[in-house]
Amino acid sequence: MSNYSIHSQHLSKSFGRRLIFKDINFNWNEKGSFGISGPNGSGKSTLVKIIAGLIAPSFGKIIHKNSGGEIIPEKLHNHIGFVSPYLILYEEFSAWENLKIFAQIRGVTLEEERVLTYLQQFLLKDRKDDLVKTYSSGMKQRLKFVFALQHSPEVLILDEPTSNLDEDGKKNVYKIINDESKNRIVVVASNESRDLELCSEILMLEKFK
Amino acid sequence: MIAKPFALFKKDYHSELRTRYAINSLAMFIIVAISVILFSIGNETITESLTGGLFWVVIFFTAMSGLARAFVSEEERGTTLTLQLIASPSTVFSGKLIFNLILVFCMNVVIALLYSALFEKFIIQNFLLFIITFILGNIGLAVASTIIAAIIAKAGAKGTLYPVLSFPILLPLILTCVQLTLFSIDGTGFADAQFELAIVVGYDVIMLTASYMLFDFIWKD
Repeated sequence: MSNYSIHSQHLSKSFGRRLIFKDINFNWNEKGSFGISGPNGSGKSTLVKIIAGLIAPSFGKIIHKNSGGEIIPEKLHNHIGFVSPYLILYEEFSAWENLKIFAQIRGVTLEEERVLTYLQQFLLKDRKDDLVKTYSSGMKQRLKFVFALQHSPEVLILDEPTSNLDEDGKKNVYKIINDESKNRIVVVASNESRDLELCSEILMLEKFK
Repeated sequence: MIAKPFALFKKDYHSELRTRYAINSLAMFIIVAISVILFSIGNETITESLTGGLFWVVIFFTAMSGLARAFVSEEERGTTLTLQLIASPSTVFSGKLIFNLILVFCMNVVIALLYSALFEKFIIQNFLLFIITFILGNIGLAVASTIIAAIIAKAGAKGTLYPVLSFPILLPLILTCVQLTLFSIDGTGFADAQFELAIVVGYDVIMLTASYMLFDFIWKD
C-alpha cells in the first residue's frame, strides 16, 4: 500500500473555451494527506474527478503507480475510494444491501466485520437495514465514507467531505483523514480551512489559471 | 469473468422489482400497441406478409419504450458516478446487456404469444427458422438498444433522441427479420433464407464488437 504514487504531468482542463486550470504538476509519492483548495468554480471537483479517472483532462496526464507499475485506467476504480456530495447511492436498497452489491460488482468479498466497524464509527449500524431513501442528507454523507473505505483502497479522495455533516460527523471525518493518511494517500478537496488543516501539502487552484 | 457483470445484472433486476422502472411501461406499451392494431384492422382480413411486418413493428416500438432505461435510469437518479467508481466500462456494458437481453426476450415472448393468439393469419410454417430469427433478432435488438441507450443517457431530450437514433441503426436488422419472418410464415427452407440469416448474424457480431470498442469512450466524459 505504501508504494502507491500519483503523478500529474502538465494537467489542464477546459470546458469549451473556458479554461478551468492549466499546467498542474505534482508528485504524491508517499502516504499522507494532500489538499486541494480554491474558491467555488475553481475546478476542485473537476481535478479530483480527473485524479479518480472519471473524466479525461484536456491536456496532460495523470499517472497512478503501485509496486506492480502503472495502473491501467480500466482497473483504476479498484484502487480509489471516493466521497463527494454529488455521489448518490442506490436509494431503493438499504445501506447494507448497497455495500453488498458494491462488493459483488467489484468482485471482492464483503469483509462484514470491518464494514460493521465503519458503520458503527459513522453511527449507522442500527440503521443499516433501512432503505437509503429514508436517510437524512448527513446520514447519506456518512454512508459514502463506508462506501469509499469498504474495499481498502490505496487512494481516498474526499471532495467537500464535511458537507451536510454535524459537528460530531465532522470530527469523525477528521479522525478518518488522520488515521487513513497513515496507510494510504488521502486527497481532500475543500474550501473549508478546517478540512485542510490535516494536509501536509495544499494545491491552490487559483494559481493555475 | 462473468461474475461481475452478473452481479450488476442482479442489482438492476432487484432495482427493477422495487422501482418498476421499465416493466410497467413495457407491459402497457405491448397491450396498447396490439390493441391499436386490432382496433384499426376491425373486421378486415390482413395478409400474412402484413402480419409479419406488424409483428416486428410492435417489437421495435416496445423496445424503444423500455430498453433505454438501462442507462437513463442511472443518469436520472444520479448514480452513474457510483457505477463508474465500482466497475470497469466492460463490466458495466456486459451487465446492462445481460439485463436488456433478458428483458427483450421476455418482452418478445409475450408479444409473440399474444400475437399468435390474436392474429389468425400469423401461422408459422417453418418454426425452426422463426425461432432462429427470433433469437438472432432479439440479440441484435438488445445489443443495439443498449449502446444507443448509453449514448443518449447524457443528452437532454432522451425520449425523442432514442427512437430517432435507433431507427437508422436498427433498420437493417428489422427489415431482414421481417423478411425472415415472412419466409417462416411461407414455409421457405433454410437454403433460401441463408443470405438473410447471414446478414442478421453479421449484424449481431458487428454491433457487439463495435459496442464493446466504443463503450469506453461513451461511458467516460
